Amino acid sequence: MRAPYSWLAEHARLSATPAGLADAFTDAGLQVEKMDDPAAQITGLVVVGKVLSAEFEPQKNGKTISWCRVDTGEHNPPGETSRGVVCGAPNVVAGAFVPVVLPGAVLPGGFVIASRKTYGHLSDGMICAEDELGLGEDHNGIIILPDDPAPTPGEDALALLGAREVVYEIDVTPVEGYCLSIRGLAREAAQITGGEFVDPYAAPVPPAVAAGYPVELESADCPLFVALTVTGVDPARPTPRWLADRLRAMGMRSVSLAVDITNYVMLESGQPLHAYDQTTLRGPIRVRKAHAGERIVTLDHVDRALSEEDLLITDDSGPIGLAGVMGGLTTELTTATTEILLEAAWFTPTVIGRTYRRHHLPSEASRRFERGVDSGVAYAAARRAAELLRDLAGGVIAEAVTVAGAPRELPGLTGFDPGLAGRILGAAVADGQVAAILRASGVTVVETADTLTLTPPTWRGDLRDPYDYIEEVGRKLGFRSIRPRLPVAPAGRGYSRAQIARRAVLDAVTGAGFTEVIPLPFVGTDDLDRLDLAADDPRRSLVRLANPLSEAQPYLRTTLLPGLFASVNRNTSRSLEDLALVECGSVFRGRDLGPAIMPDVSRRPSEEEIAHLFGELPGQPRHLAGVVTGDWLAKNGSAAQEPATWRHAVFLAEVAAGAVGATLVRRRAAVAPWHPGRCAELGVVVEGEFRTLGWAGELHPRVVDAWGLPARTCAVECDLDALIAAAPAVGQITALSKYPATKQDVALVVDVAVPAAAVEAALTAGAGELLESVALFDVSTGAQGPEGQKSLAYGLVFRSAGRTLKESEASAVRDRAVAEAARATGAVLRS
Amino acid sequence: MSDLPDEATLAAMVEAAGRAFAQATTLDDLRAAKQAHAGEHSPVALANRRIGDLPREERKTAGQAIGAARAAINQAYAEREAAVAVADLDARLVAEAVDVTLPVTLRPTGALHPVTALTYRMCDVFVAMGWEIAEGPEAEAEWLNFDALNFTPDHPARFLSDTLFLDPAAGHRILRTHTSPVQMRSLLTRELPVYVVAPGKVYRADEYDATHLPVFHQLEGLAVDKGLGMADLKGTLDHLARAMFGAETETRLRPHYFPFTEPSAEMDIRCFVCHGESVGNPARPCRTCKSEGWIEWGGCGVVNPRVLTAAGIDTDVYSGFAFGLGVDRTVMFRNNAADLRDFVEGDARFSRQLVGVAR
Repeated sequence: MRAPYSWLAEHARLSATPAGLADAFTDAGLQVEKMDDPAAQITGLVVVGKVLSAEFEPQKNGKTISWCRVDTGEHNPPGETSRGVVCGAPNVVAGAFVPVVLPGAVLPGGFVIASRKTYGHLSDGMICAEDELGLGEDHNGIIILPDDPAPTPGEDALALLGAREVVYEIDVTPVEGYCLSIRGLAREAAQITGGEFVDPYAAPVPPAVAAGYPVELESADCPLFVALTVTGVDPARPTPRWLADRLRAMGMRSVSLAVDITNYVMLESGQPLHAYDQTTLRGPIRVRKAHAGERIVTLDHVDRALSEEDLLITDDSGPIGLAGVMGGLTTELTTATTEILLEAAWFTPTVIGRTYRRHHLPSEASRRFERGVDSGVAYAAARRAAELLRDLAGGVIAEAVTVAGAPRELPGLTGFDPGLAGRILGAAVADGQVAAILRASGVTVVETADTLTLTPPTWRGDLRDPYDYIEEVGRKLGFRSIRPRLPVAPAGRGYSRAQIARRAVLDAVTGAGFTEVIPLPFVGTDDLDRLDLAADDPRRSLVRLANPLSEAQPYLRTTLLPGLFASVNRNTSRSLEDLALVECGSVFRGRDLGPAIMPDVSRRPSEEEIAHLFGELPGQPRHLAGVVTGDWLAKNGSAAQEPATWRHAVFLAEVAAGAVGATLVRRRAAVAPWHPGRCAELGVVVEGEFRTLGWAGELHPRVVDAWGLPARTCAVECDLDALIAAAPAVGQITALSKYPATKQDVALVVDVAVPAAAVEAALTAGAGELLESVALFDVSTGAQGPEGQKSLAYGLVFRSAGRTLKESEASAVRDRAVAEAARATGAVLRS
Repeated sequence: MSDLPDEATLAAMVEAAGRAFAQATTLDDLRAAKQAHAGEHSPVALANRRIGDLPREERKTAGQAIGAARAAINQAYAEREAAVAVADLDARLVAEAVDVTLPVTLRPTGALHPVTALTYRMCDVFVAMGWEIAEGPEAEAEWLNFDALNFTPDHPARFLSDTLFLDPAAGHRILRTHTSPVQMRSLLTRELPVYVVAPGKVYRADEYDATHLPVFHQLEGLAVDKGLGMADLKGTLDHLARAMFGAETETRLRPHYFPFTEPSAEMDIRCFVCHGESVGNPARPCRTCKSEGWIEWGGCGVVNPRVLTAAGIDTDVYSGFAFGLGVDRTVMFRNNAADLRDFVEGDARFSRQLVGVAR
């Protein structure tokens, strides 16, 4: 909402400066987003000049200048009738009125204007463009001032341009509809700065009367309709400058005098008005909902199909207006209109909101109706517009008025405890201050023993609950008076186990070398196709958005990989080729769900309802995923290069598992989008059963191609929630043996297809409890060994809890381990 | 027996040994010199061996003289050996010098995303006060996101132009537009009093540009207890602001409107870079607060009793306060990030700029 200071000051006696009022507004919740005060940036004189002559003079440098004689009235040099000014703009012409900056003035940016010799003339001032005065961005030419009515040479051009006006741009919240008017803002301005407000719209709505144009209200969504006729209007009268200037300051353009008057009164009172050419009306006005199939051609010449929810103004000819949104074409004011019917009505806010959205017709009027108009101002507003039509357009106000319906009654509040205000606001609020503030806000306050009975004024539909009144008191006191106090929470339990675990995982994997990214979580089916996912892959159980940001990615992700791959491509396109990226985030699993419930909010939902609200949602497990490509470690002068391989993808999962204390088990798998020979299924063993958590490995070459990833890019993805759930709750500490260990190495030859993990498991099982650890230290295939076989070398460490093991005892255990490996995997001890 | 060296000869032997030791510059040379002057065949050893040949009454004197000479030689050796060892070690240390400015990258440089790191820090501040961390899903019931929080059925935030709905929209499920549904989840599941913060991802049908993201992060706070009000809200926000931006940080509350708080306020913090000195001072513009002196940090207020009613809480006994602030936006002004798109595009350089406690 824009608001010129001068207009506010017309209705409120203000002692605050414009800047002081701006601060006060902001402190009271009417945030001043901007304060336009262009003239404050200019010192010296900018006056109206009439161009008497303008001669184009081409210059050697290729430019063309105009040598102008300009009449600046009383500011002409002594004894002369004009001053000479050199102007570079192409649009300067003789006869035009232009702003002339006189020597000595300083323009925004510290630009000093002086008389100076240029292009062979003495240029005695400057004719300026919009941007030079700080009034806009335009530098295409000089400002040509309006000449109807003609301004006087020498008068203040800044005033003429509206630049002397301080105009606030105020962010009005949805419940402050009454502040979408000069009247409402002036009332607030007076109250918060200690000024005095005189309501220009104090006249109440008279009791219902049908003396004027007949009006019938057939919908509860229009409880009040005031109709006032003005005859004898002269349609040729121009809009006076003061009125056009005000409209322009408010961001509206001048249309015609009658329309300008209705807009002016709307801006001032907050009551949107509609003006009909009364001679075009056929029979009584009826306000009703639209019938099925009905249509209307609105003022913008659009033929609109109406919904049965649309509220209409109709007459015997059918719809003549979309109530509160836009008038119809058939009853529009024309250049011949002399008989005007003014409408000032109140409509249900939500009905107007839905209609203007349905028809995409936001307007100054519909915006006000949607926020709630003061139903008590309808008559005064219609009357004020009629008076302006009388005073400015020669109209005659009809004696007979129609008031259909009545202003709505706003519910009051009894038993309000004024002490609650101070307690909730945390500020010292003196006795009587609550009642005084509320009265100044227009509330009717009846004081009883220790409570107040409150009735809001007609413009304050937002005051309903006790806390609404407390907020009103708080806004008017200002929140600066709050005395802060740090509340003491009961002893907390700290982070939950899962929260600690997730943080430990992210700290560990980023500490291990991965960089966390948080890409957007939307995908398209094309993304899943490029992952090579089969038609029945669970990652194709998608959740679709009803209104996606992009039709190319209308689903929520079921896997973190597409976002990571897109991140890789972003990096490689910026020449960052060695990457280890990780993301931890939710994925979404589509389920068959009926509509979610919407319980009554006046009570706590039942336990069944709560279970439904919480449970009937898409599955949303948190995943951990990573991608590695290029070099894990680039050559760096002192260390060898280490290309990123499937091992680094697995490493991410291992680090995560280590961070939560889980033991990860791996087995070979062939799952998209991984390379079927280089894909590890990751899992945990719970009660003897392998439970899959995810996969890691090198990506399938087809997937690498489809995404345009660097060759041999590797990736990992696992269910982090499941990993954390699988970790032991509490770790165990066993007694440490104080006896020395005995170390023995074995080399076993097995078929190349035998997984190392199987050999290790067999060695462990065969050795029994004396085996402290087993570590694979060498794997060799080919040259030295037989075809199709590989040699695995293990270091075994044996230790007893109660004594020093003899070498022979250790050897016996080793032999049992080897025997079990032979039995389980066909391993042969290498001689 | 004139065969045994006299005192002068012994002194010459000691001196010769000392000279030889001094000339040796390596441990090998020194050992050779020792062999020559104190070894089995050295003059002093030979002399020592012949003491037994002397008459008994002379043995003691001669033995003492020779013993003293041998001790002197051995001491000279020990001293020289220590010196040579030091010189040897010094030489080795010089030879073994490395270029300590060579890179020492043993693993890639990883980093938390700045949003994650900042979320952790803020959560730590609250956990230290006894608050707990509450959580909720991103795909959420519309009722929890809107109705329970006193949004009217026609509230513009519910429009398809503002909120991302799961298909079909009539299914009343949305991508949460704020972390506030966690307020209602907490009130429905936790014992009173409740003191929780809820960090997380939120969604809006918003533009994607340098200052807007359709997916961003918030930190929500909710306290419901007996006798809470704006004073407690302000005290809590002051504490958070000081923990994040320094002990001198001021906060300011400006009245505003949110459906789920009443009274509602916008929270600003005093610019921690210019401390307001850039206001009206074109010579000293401030990039962080755009020379406004204050930085908008979030929304807050006293919990609207209608919200407590929807959770079945007795509003005559309990009251509360709530606040929400944007984590990404906080990173923007706190760490000078210029473009929100960098937060989601995954450029590894973005996260790696902030490390350790300097996050």
